[in-house]
Amino acid sequence: MNYYLDFEKPLEELERKIEDLKKLSDTSEINIDSEIKKLEKKADELRSNIFADLTPWQKTLIARHPERPYTIDYINMMVDEFVELHGDRRFADDAAIVGGIGKLRGIPVVIIGHQKGRGTKERIQRNFGQPNPEGYRKALRLMKLAERFKKPIVTFIDTPGAYPGIGAEERGQAEAIAINLQEMSKLNTPIISVVIGEGGSGGALALSVADRLFMLEHSVYSVISPEGCAAILWKRDGAAVGAAEYEKAASALKITAQDLKSFKIIDDIIPEPLGGAHRNPKLTAENISEYIVKAIETIGCKSCAKLIDERYKRLRKMGSITQSETSE
Amino acid sequence: MAWFKKHKEQKTEKKVKIPEGLWVKCDNCKEIIYKKEIEKNLHVCPKCDYHFRISLLERIGFLVEPGSFESIDDDLLSNDPLKFNDSIPYAKRLESNKGKTSMNDAALYGTALINSRPVCIAGIDFSFMGGSMGSVVGEKITRAAELAAEKNLPLITITSSGGARMQEGMFSLMQMAKASAAIGRLKDSGCLYISILSDPTFGGVTASFAMLGDIIIAEPKSLIGFAGQRVIEQTIKQQLPDNFQRSEFLMEHGMIDLIASRKEMKSTVYTLISHFMPEPVES
Ligand SMILES: [Zn+2]
Repeated sequence: MNYYLDFEKPLEELERKIEDLKKLSDTSEINIDSEIKKLEKKADELRSNIFADLTPWQKTLIARHPERPYTIDYINMMVDEFVELHGDRRFADDAAIVGGIGKLRGIPVVIIGHQKGRGTKERIQRNFGQPNPEGYRKALRLMKLAERFKKPIVTFIDTPGAYPGIGAEERGQAEAIAINLQEMSKLNTPIISVVIGEGGSGGALALSVADRLFMLEHSVYSVISPEGCAAILWKRDGAAVGAAEYEKAASALKITAQDLKSFKIIDDIIPEPLGGAHRNPKLTAENISEYIVKAIETIGCKSCAKLIDERYKRLRKMGSITQSETSE
Repeated sequence: MAWFKKHKEQKTEKKVKIPEGLWVKCDNCKEIIYKKEIEKNLHVCPKCDYHFRISLLERIGFLVEPGSFESIDDDLLSNDPLKFNDSIPYAKRLESNKGKTSMNDAALYGTALINSRPVCIAGIDFSFMGGSMGSVVGEKITRAAELAAEKNLPLITITSSGGARMQEGMFSLMQMAKASAAIGRLKDSGCLYISILSDPTFGGVTASFAMLGDIIIAEPKSLIGFAGQRVIEQTIKQQLPDNFQRSEFLMEHGMIDLIASRKEMKSTVYTLISHFMPEPVES
């Protein structure tokens, strides 16, 4: 049984009906195949219509969809002979970030990503994909390993954000993120990042300083969650803040792949199957592989000095400023 | 230089609501203290050593030779790329903050002398939109790092910030990566980077250049962290320990090199620079 978001409800009714008819046609003599086909066509059209016009908040909900493929799902579909590597060698192994080495279409890559977890037990074990400092330190350890052995780095971004906890602060959450930003900017090997779900602020950025930054069609990347933004802007005097405010905040923050492509903050948008990545994980994984391999092939031939220089230039362009000519 | 003098008269003491009078109530110990006495004491409470929040220009003033700070690129302005509009349009918010602080955005950078030692200095003023880091702040920190590397100068940053500037969305987040990359290059060029953290320093500023100092110094009792205390409390549903995210807490957990009072900051910074990056002797 599929999980339907609120705005998919009309679709849910229709698809339930189709299921019922299918069961009926299996057991009865009456031929209703043509009826089923008609309804299926209608469902496809309905889905196209719904997905052609998603609001940023609806995209956020798809990006967080409980059935959406996570990092490990993609690794299982895309990477051969994967070996997961654990631990930051300082404090712990953070299950909210996974990493390891394997072959992507024959190319050995170090692959690292946030991992949210499915089902209550695993979600808690993975801390809902919110890393502690040791997660970022594990990621950096693996990235340095990739650099030493000249393996390209692939990162998957899917986190609500870095964990806000006492231990995280005690062990230097800010420092762990900052060091990753600094070190990733000068790693001697290509880095390709893909936002597969939710890109939550600094906790997402700490794995996405890259030579190529892609986003899945229905993923989001934001400096603050729409809920957080709405709370700051409209939760005055204890006023309740709900879906309407989240819609407004999500639109104002410009967090969709489409917005960020138009701002040139990301390089490209990786298409998802109709209805979202979870409707056809295999096809989504194929699409992602395609983009990653193409990027590695384009970047791969560059000398290290040129690679790092171009990465710095990419970062250097980030921002939206004017300098008036009347400066003193 | 003229620019500096122009701003010097400004009192940007926003945190402490000073009654129109000669007396001030200390935020920390609640003692009523003669205002002039606090000013003479670099805005530090003589009773409890509380460091009042002060403007960036005052901070720079206490650190460098009088009149030696030359601010660069004061005319950098945010483009408001999101055309962000909540109750007040971001463009209007910027205008009113400009009026309030006489700064064009929350950061300044430039060159100055500490004793006779030329340094590059950059900082963030909390009174301009909570010292939040948008494109202009990120660009100024980045340019400061690039200038220091080019001129072979030590870089000092002084921060006081709530974190990223929501109104600039992802442009704001990307400043963290840009500034951190520039700091990385500065360090590779052999220059010393000293980060001074003051009350409060949070979020995207802490999680980028501010925690990347070769040396990190905090003012006493300053609140410094990644996540804000309310967010943490709501997440873990526990009371936070005493002293949580204060300078002394960070020191205890190995996150900073030292705590220096406002009075000793200049001599501390100067001594460190003269050890690590003594000026070449001219022949
Ligand atoms: Zn006091």
